[in-house]
Amino acid sequence: MLDVKGLARLASGGAEESIRIQKQMALPWKDAFRISVRNVTIRWGRAMITASGIILGIAFLSSVWTGAVIQEGLERSELQQVRELAEATAGEGAGEESAEAVLAAARERAAARASRQAWLVIMSLLVCGVGITNAMLMSVTERFQEIGTMKCLGALDNFIVRLFLIESAVLGVLGSVLGMLLGHLGMLGIFAIRERSLSVAAKMDWGDMLTYLLISVLIGTVLSLIAAIAPAVRAARMRPAVALQSEI
Amino acid sequence: MATIKCPQCGEEIETTGIVTVCPQCGTDLREVMEEVGHARAERMKTIARDDSVTTHEFIVRTRDLRKTYVMGEVEVPALRDIDLDVRRGEYLSIMGPSGSGKSTLFNMIGGLDKPTAGRCFIEEVDMAQLDAFELAWLRCRKIGYIFQTFNLIPVMTALENVTLPMIFAGMGTDEMMDRGRELLELVGLGDRFDHKPYELSGGQQQRVAVARALANAPAIVLADEPTGNLDLQTGKEIIDLLKELNESSGVTVISATHDLKMIDVSDRIVHIRDGGVERIEERADLKLEIGTLGSEHVED
Repeated sequence: MLDVKGLARLASGGAEESIRIQKQMALPWKDAFRISVRNVTIRWGRAMITASGIILGIAFLSSVWTGAVIQEGLERSELQQVRELAEATAGEGAGEESAEAVLAAARERAAARASRQAWLVIMSLLVCGVGITNAMLMSVTERFQEIGTMKCLGALDNFIVRLFLIESAVLGVLGSVLGMLLGHLGMLGIFAIRERSLSVAAKMDWGDMLTYLLISVLIGTVLSLIAAIAPAVRAARMRPAVALQSEI
Repeated sequence: MATIKCPQCGEEIETTGIVTVCPQCGTDLREVMEEVGHARAERMKTIARDDSVTTHEFIVRTRDLRKTYVMGEVEVPALRDIDLDVRRGEYLSIMGPSGSGKSTLFNMIGGLDKPTAGRCFIEEVDMAQLDAFELAWLRCRKIGYIFQTFNLIPVMTALENVTLPMIFAGMGTDEMMDRGRELLELVGLGDRFDHKPYELSGGQQQRVAVARALANAPAIVLADEPTGNLDLQTGKEIIDLLKELNESSGVTVISATHDLKMIDVSDRIVHIRDGGVERIEERADLKLEIGTLGSEHVED
């Protein structure tokens, strides 16, 4: 079964080759990226559970912003109607007065909404932060053994950190896009049902909407990267013996 | 981690390669760092030397090696002043009951953990002097590890597992794939390149692990209970494989075990008890003992 001669040649590494003193230690980005993406795609179910922290957080954030933009659109079109009405009834003093009152009321409502929205955004950012940190902490700690093994095979600390940062970036983008869509479409659906028409989509400012959606994806990605740094660095610095023994 | 001392104020500074002046007193440190770099280059030369020209009789030596684990308030000694010399090219078994310190000794020799006191030399290089990079280099190219639990990377195929240490060693892709396939064929897994670990039996996984341990043509193969999770027959096959390797290529095999099947193939057996070396048996003596054992019993 065993080709002993071949084994000997292989195990001695080919004499001429081993004479060259090789100092290089490397993990090319190409390989690191391949390994990290594989980690996400193969453990798809596990990755999605990990990503659910990101998805939920970003869904919350994007739904808050979508709601705000839709509200704004609705109110703008309402104001437009009031203004048109006021113009149509111009010259009849009573109409102008009532239009003024409606505008003032609208401004008041907008101000109240802005402060409520700021509060909601802060809350959703907190949810994002906690969810993502927890997700990243889990995805690192459950793989201590693997990290220990890699270090035994000659991985430098920064190889480990690099692998986890790429992985968290991939998870971050994926989770954020999913969460963003979930929150956005969900909120759009709720408003469409409430207004009993799809006109809400037409009334809102899509430029604003896209900007907010893009920002929420960016926030999700950056947050997951930041959240991954600490556990990844900690895991990478562990002595291999300790990493190998840890059980989750 | 290597640190340097500021000649002016004695401040200890980690050599990250970023700091060039002492943060405490502002002294220029480049000269000192160069010296440290030079010393490191010298050490690298020693550990990277081609085996065929090395003349050290002992590939691994430990002197007064001690490891104490601190568990809360209590200090638990795992190794007590171990002196062990491992000859180049021998098949050494470290035997002892569980909890005797076998695995701890394995970790020390493999550079996976730091001793509390004492020294451990590989190729006459004191491992305590190596920094993180040098240790990684050593683990990558000089030592191949085999574990009781196989420890293959679960998301990678057999071939990818075997080639991973070669990626770290900076080998080119084509060369790496060829060598990986060849190694897998040699351990009898020529038809299992693209199988994931969970698609392989325990024995097959351990074979992949053996192939992986040989990836960068190490001088030492360290095996921690390589047969511990295998049935009798599969365990025997792995032991035979290790022995064949040892005989054909001269790689030093150090195996922590309590598998009695190992006795047959070992050149020497180190018995560990309560963190100390109880006795060391040479194979030559051992055969004699087994030969005379029967008659002794009769006389008794």
